[in-house]
Amino acid sequence: MKRLEPLLPFVGVVGLVAVWYFAVWKQIVDPVLLPSPTTTFWALWKGMNGELGFDFIKTVYRTTMSIVIAAAIAIPLGIVLGSSERLYRSLEFVIDFFRSTPASAMFPLFLVLFGVGDETKISVAAFGAMLVILFNVAYGVMNARKTRLLAAKVMGASRLRVLSDVMLLESLPQTFVGLRNGVSLALVIVVVAEMFIGSQDGLGHSVFEAQQMFEMPRMYAAIFAAGALGYGLNLLFLLIERRFVHWSGK
Amino acid sequence: MSLAQPALKIEPAGVMPPVTEAVFKRPHVTIRGLSKRFNKTVIYDKFDLDIPRGKLISVFGPNGCGKSTLINMIAGLIPPDEGQILFDGMLLDEIKFGYVFQNYREALFPWLRAFDNIAYPLKMMGIGKAERQARVERLVERLGVKIDLNRYPYVMSGGQQQLVSIMRALVVEPEILFLDEPFSALDYEMTLFMREQLQRIFVETGTTTVLVSHDLEEAVYLADRVLLLSRHPALVADFVTYDAPRPRTDATLSDADFVQIKAHCLEVFQREVRKG
Repeated sequence: MKRLEPLLPFVGVVGLVAVWYFAVWKQIVDPVLLPSPTTTFWALWKGMNGELGFDFIKTVYRTTMSIVIAAAIAIPLGIVLGSSERLYRSLEFVIDFFRSTPASAMFPLFLVLFGVGDETKISVAAFGAMLVILFNVAYGVMNARKTRLLAAKVMGASRLRVLSDVMLLESLPQTFVGLRNGVSLALVIVVVAEMFIGSQDGLGHSVFEAQQMFEMPRMYAAIFAAGALGYGLNLLFLLIERRFVHWSGK
Repeated sequence: MSLAQPALKIEPAGVMPPVTEAVFKRPHVTIRGLSKRFNKTVIYDKFDLDIPRGKLISVFGPNGCGKSTLINMIAGLIPPDEGQILFDGMLLDEIKFGYVFQNYREALFPWLRAFDNIAYPLKMMGIGKAERQARVERLVERLGVKIDLNRYPYVMSGGQQQLVSIMRALVVEPEILFLDEPFSALDYEMTLFMREQLQRIFVETGTTTVLVSHDLEEAVYLADRVLLLSRHPALVADFVTYDAPRPRTDATLSDADFVQIKAHCLEVFQREVRKG
């Protein structure tokens, strides 16, 4: 029994596919709306070697760009804000307000600012992700264990040293929480932007176009590709975290 | 360190120049007119104390009387409102000292291996990597520590982590060592083991040590002098001398001398508790 445990995660997958086959076989759902798993995975395989693969790479590019920009701004800014609680408290409302504003509501504004190109999609996604990361980094720095800061101080660390040797590392686990949430949000925003803002490519465009043309296998394929991308990005950040923030949660 | 250590490590064979004798006898730390209040509560009001050199001082007193506040002020973690604390006539930032926190889990750096945790204060002193390595290794050998220091603190037991904390405090060869209830987060078995470790370290280094304890048995067992504080504003209720030879063992705990001193301390403590 113990040896079979690594296979547990596949139970759900097999179950889902089985239910799907059953639904198609019994024609519980209109076959036009729900193609068989075989047809869908064939469309996914074919698509990823062709147009869908191109769209996939486009979405990866936009999401990556936005998260890189967001992190490059939010991490240093979060450290600065977090290291002075007064400064953070004075900006807290603004950050919380825009963090709570649906980023999709900002599309029109960014369209006016950047036009209909990639810049708009990337910058809206970066904007949304940035606030999530900023908030987490600042809190990570602010919640640095007091004893640890005192310990560094007692050992003769200067203020700058305390910041770089202790606060920065103390905030890393929380920073990764921010990065993981940020990348998920960035992907959502990018995919939505690809659907509606005069887009020519990307997974969002692919889903939307397939739906418009009623090519259901292609649409499901694009949805699965987007799902795999989201899951993969999260996993990637988890692996990076486990590698570099080995003390997280310990 | 330059004064305290040779004086204690090398037993002068008979003849001792009178000057050295005077230095040896002079108190290590002099506290004068120390005052501290938190909000409206006066914790210390014009408090005076001399801490003798090369002795292990236990600080004991009623809850909230300011035991930890005292060593935190001496070690510069909390600024006093008034008063002066001098170490051989020098200020805190002119001397080397070590501080061991109660909460070892939060005091160590989990991103550094135990070895690098111990070496960290040397790094802060601007000492090069090779020299740091050598100094930590020397300390490990001197204390006879047998734990694997290449591990991260979070995989170690509580006692091992606190031992790493103590080594981190000792690696700079401090003139004075402060410990704030260092064993109170450990289980009883580990506490007994760590008491022995601390006693060995003290016998080995002879560093002036100030230990805050909430366990009277431990306070007396480890101490040369037991500082009994009154309720706040804290005064010296008694400064008891206990000079049983070291190393002390479990047998010490049932010595007439030990029992009597412990009983005396308890009496003073009870008197102070009832006052409040």
